[in-house]
Amino acid sequence: MHVEMNTILDASYMGNLATVIDKELLDAGAEHVIIVDVTGNLIMERGNLHMKDISSLAVLSAANFAATAEIAKLIGEEDFTLLFHKGDRRSIHFSRFGKEYIIITLFDDNVSLGLIRLKSGRAIEELSSILYGNEGRQRWPL
Amino acid sequence: MAFIDLSRNEIQAKLVYYGTGRGGKTTNLLYIHESMSKQVCGKMVTIDTKGDRTLFFDFLPLSVGKIMDLSIRIQVYTVPGQVMYNTTRKLVLRGVDGVAFVADSLRVQRQRNIESLENLAENLQGEGLDIREIPLVLQYNKRDLIESNIPLLTIEEMQEDLNKNLGVPYFEASAVKGFGVYETLREISKRTIKNVIQKVGGQLER
Repeated sequence: MHVEMNTILDASYMGNLATVIDKELLDAGAEHVIIVDVTGNLIMERGNLHMKDISSLAVLSAANFAATAEIAKLIGEEDFTLLFHKGDRRSIHFSRFGKEYIIITLFDDNVSLGLIRLKSGRAIEELSSILYGNEGRQRWPL
Repeated sequence: MAFIDLSRNEIQAKLVYYGTGRGGKTTNLLYIHESMSKQVCGKMVTIDTKGDRTLFFDFLPLSVGKIMDLSIRIQVYTVPGQVMYNTTRKLVLRGVDGVAFVADSLRVQRQRNIESLENLAENLQGEGLDIREIPLVLQYNKRDLIESNIPLLTIEEMQEDLNKNLGVPYFEASAVKGFGVYETLREISKRTIKNVIQKVGGQLER
């Protein structure tokens, strides 16, 4: 897959992404939300956790997607669009949107996985329309 | 694919250390990680197998100053060198902005160096990139072994084998002892950032 060459995002664009994340995910109880691209670039983070190793998280998440895409191929799928890892107190939900972006949601055991799935689906619809324009909204519906 | 965030005035670029298995790519990163201040360099992530070979990649984030008011963040990766891990190498090369090719100076590795460089060219092509155009430097590693009795390739031989057609900067190095490590990193970082700025320069005027 060819990834689009250099990406430049200006402040108003980032502001729009932040508004969607705040409204759909953080207000629903998610602790921290991160958007990365499939090559591991950190695009933005929102939330209350102070994570020193955020770039490592971004890179490993992208790698995780890439690795599971190989598993997907073994069972006749192109890749998986959603991954979930459950921890004792904190869990992590990954969802790919478009061909290039991954939204990562960290949440604790006060929030249900179902709610995060529902809310990240809605967030993706809105984020796609920002990142890909109106066309994106139609190409990646819920 | 470099990524520029104007809300944080930050530019992110991806460097990949490429080369044969056991050539010293991870050792380069380890040396940088251990000797750089923690403000500059983040946590090193390494996914290896028990036999100390890189399984997936190593990753080291660095913050290295500013250009045009943008803070520069460089993400340095290594690839697994072993021939069988080509799929992984392709994945790591995705979105690469610059490559440091670490060649092994051991004479027995002569053919493997050549094959690895050919493999790099091929995999870059798969990403739509040309090895003659992407920022690239060569590092001739393990030069410290010259003091031992182990047969090494001469610099002239390595230049003939690897750099004849490319004509890119090269550095003699010993990743274990640390010489040549920073010179390599500095040159490839400089070339990569310069290249990114040239490509996006016009779009950056606000």
